[in-house]
Amino acid sequence: MPLDPMQLEPAFWPFLIATVVKMLVVFTLYMVVVAYSTLAERKVSAWIQDRHGPNRVGPWGLFQVLADGVKNFVKEESMPGDVNRPTFLLAPAIAFTMALTAWAVIPFGAPLPTPWGKIDLIVADAPIGVLYPLAITSLGVYGIVLAGWSSNNKYSLLGGLRASAQMVSYEVAMGLSVVAVLLLMGNVSLPQVVALQAAGGWNVVLLSVAAFVFMVSAFAETNRVPFDMAEAESELIAGYHSEYSAMKFSMFFIAEYANMLTASAMFATLFLGGWDIPFTDWDTTGPATVAKALATFAIFAAKIGAFMLFFIWIRWTLPRFRYDQLMSLGWKFMLPVALAYIVIVSTGMLLLDIAGVTRGSGAYLLAFLGLNVVLMGLLFVILDRGRLISPASSRLDRARVDRLRAVAAGRSSIAAGEVR
Amino acid sequence: MAINVKVMERPVGDVSYVRATLQGLALTLKHLVDPHRVTIQYPEEKWDLSPRWRGTHRMLTTEDGKAKCVACGLCPTVCPANCIKLVPGEDEVGNRYPLVFEIDEFRCIFCGYCQEVCPEEAIHLGRHYENAEFNRAQFVYDLERLTAQTHPVSTLWDPADPRGE
Repeated sequence: MPLDPMQLEPAFWPFLIATVVKMLVVFTLYMVVVAYSTLAERKVSAWIQDRHGPNRVGPWGLFQVLADGVKNFVKEESMPGDVNRPTFLLAPAIAFTMALTAWAVIPFGAPLPTPWGKIDLIVADAPIGVLYPLAITSLGVYGIVLAGWSSNNKYSLLGGLRASAQMVSYEVAMGLSVVAVLLLMGNVSLPQVVALQAAGGWNVVLLSVAAFVFMVSAFAETNRVPFDMAEAESELIAGYHSEYSAMKFSMFFIAEYANMLTASAMFATLFLGGWDIPFTDWDTTGPATVAKALATFAIFAAKIGAFMLFFIWIRWTLPRFRYDQLMSLGWKFMLPVALAYIVIVSTGMLLLDIAGVTRGSGAYLLAFLGLNVVLMGLLFVILDRGRLISPASSRLDRARVDRLRAVAAGRSSIAAGEVR
Repeated sequence: MAINVKVMERPVGDVSYVRATLQGLALTLKHLVDPHRVTIQYPEEKWDLSPRWRGTHRMLTTEDGKAKCVACGLCPTVCPANCIKLVPGEDEVGNRYPLVFEIDEFRCIFCGYCQEVCPEEAIHLGRHYENAEFNRAQFVYDLERLTAQTHPVSTLWDPADPRGE
């Protein structure tokens, strides 16, 4: 049987050219999607609040992003006095670059057959895979910290401090939730993670608790509501980017949305099966075709879009956490949960291996599904009863208030007795 | 605890963050899929004005196109904002007419006293509110401009029908 050149690995030069083309296409597409996600944010927020949203520029306001872009380019750039100029200029560049770089290792479709060989739809198939976005997003903290520090403004500084503390804290929980995925997959390469999920069921079913921890951490990592302590406008004006204007501000803005996109893509890849089309083997088996590449790309885009919508939906629903609530949620809840989950998952895998259940089989999936249902139930009971993020007050009826006052009065008299 | 913070035992159902979050998400989703928009898309859609809406002035004319005004001087007298300038004139048969009749819409407080006091029903306030100009001088409407206005005039408040029904 003659080998079809379209199903072979490409040679060096086609590979190089294909990589450059992929970089350009991904960058362009990424910037367009980032721009349109700002529009989506404004539109969805408007709909949630019974408004229309931007609808003047072009049909349904679709050209609003172009208007915003032009505005940000031609606006006056203000340079506040007494800023540390090199770092002040460097900070938005760092935030922007790091947000864009993180996308490189994410596979976004089934391989594309071309006359020069089979092109993998991933910019860089790095063997370290999962670790790379984690590392790059940690570097992104530098942009925010430097912006906050170099602005020579106490609000900016506080915003930068909060952002760094928060991102470092939640990075731990995020990393540990990813460890559970790596344990089950036995691999850190993202294309392998996708392939294994396509074969043996999505991780959101197998590792629901890790998915939950990852999701919450993703919100904190991207400084989104309810964790947007870094730019808490009621306390810190605009936080770390208070002193920035025009395109420098816009770069922070783009970085925020790019980080959201990356977080969505990471969630989709690690837990929602990446570009795998559910309930069919058509996309992962057999020779590569253009139709498969396009369909898998579309389904991946749909998964990212759904998660972006979830990001936005959450933002226009939840109020911001207090800083101590944020920290206690990260360190006292997410971290222990992620750690315990690693132990539980590895124990479960060991027991299933001993019992002779093969990985990727239906029984394996069902066993983990049952385990996760129980664990998620427990998790929500704990969260429900927990005091970590409970509001300080709530509406109470008269009888309860009286009872609580009586209890409180009794306690304070006991406390007074102790003092005496 | 280092400082004596009083911790209230509250019923879980009322203070649960998880339940409140889910309720909130349900509420916002309800509005997302079924918005109750009340915004009027201004340049395309316009609000229905009340018949008693008091906007910029209009001078009514007789059949031969001349202003009804007889320059009696009641409107500049009654005007609390002092925004009407009237110089009366008289023709050869003794009919009085305004030589100069200017209303500074920028000073006007749109009280409607001029319309109320006018014995000839000449000066009226109009049901009109889109009165932007590029400089202040253009807000001084002269007689020519007042007669050229075409928007509907506002009706006066009728004591017999206080709610305008």
